[in-house]
Amino acid sequence: MSPVSRGFHRRHAPDADPSRVPPGQYVTADFPVLSAGPTPRTALRDWTFSITGAATAKTWTWDEFRALPSEKVTTDIHCVTRWSKLDTTWQGVTVDTLLGQVDHTGMFVLAHCDGGYTTNLPIADVLNGQAWVAFGYDGNPLAAEHGGPARLLVPHLYFWKSAKWVRRLELLDHDVPGFWESYGYNNYGDPWKEQRYAGD
Amino acid sequence: MPATDHGARSLPDDPGTTSATLDGNAIGGLLLNVFGTEMTTATGRCGSCGKASLVAELTVYLHAPGTVVRCPTCTAILMVFVSAHGTTCVDLSGLAELG
Repeated sequence: MSPVSRGFHRRHAPDADPSRVPPGQYVTADFPVLSAGPTPRTALRDWTFSITGAATAKTWTWDEFRALPSEKVTTDIHCVTRWSKLDTTWQGVTVDTLLGQVDHTGMFVLAHCDGGYTTNLPIADVLNGQAWVAFGYDGNPLAAEHGGPARLLVPHLYFWKSAKWVRRLELLDHDVPGFWESYGYNNYGDPWKEQRYAGD
Repeated sequence: MPATDHGARSLPDDPGTTSATLDGNAIGGLLLNVFGTEMTTATGRCGSCGKASLVAELTVYLHAPGTVVRCPTCTAILMVFVSAHGTTCVDLSGLAELG
């Protein structure tokens, strides 16, 4: 067995519009799988999604979540490990829709995931049609290796902010660094400013 | 292909691992740089489940923004390494012992 997953052989897309590629990135036609731990495989009957913290707490079952209005999104994604993938197609529920069902006051969001991963975002970056809880990719259910059954999708920030296997958004009145942020990755992660690490 | 050290083996697929998983030999060079000595034959004890394993037997995830090393028994995070701007951030807090 090769120790390298198929997605890690760089397959460049030579005709990419350079204006769509942030500094220091290359465009790939593949969809590399990055993972810092075992792939969780939560059965849909056991899956829930919750909002907690500085908000009226609410939990959706999978069926309740899927009954929410969703939209199709075509967007470019940019991984801090330097690959970008253009025109990816997703289906998901906007975070606006989810937060629209609770009263909330927090200025920051900490996303919690199966497996213990966390990532932090300003609430301003997940509202106004900028973020989704995505359950579909390329016309199919989102595969577990890419974060299924559902992941956060925040395409204007580096892709580590688009947390795989997301299960809960905690609203906070203060910022709390997530997993990679606490190890020296940039707290915000704007790919167009190449904010890879703290201090960038 | 990312460089691996010491003849690192990919670990077999099972419901808890992926084909991107390697054993601790994969980070022999990284550990040598951090600790200044050969570490794959050292023993690490998991702070969560208490299981002692050779570093060479630990589960390593390289395909991530950093390197994450987990207990092969309970999958708890034992070590994290992130290199940025010429500095390597090291977190060993998941280990009860290393030696």
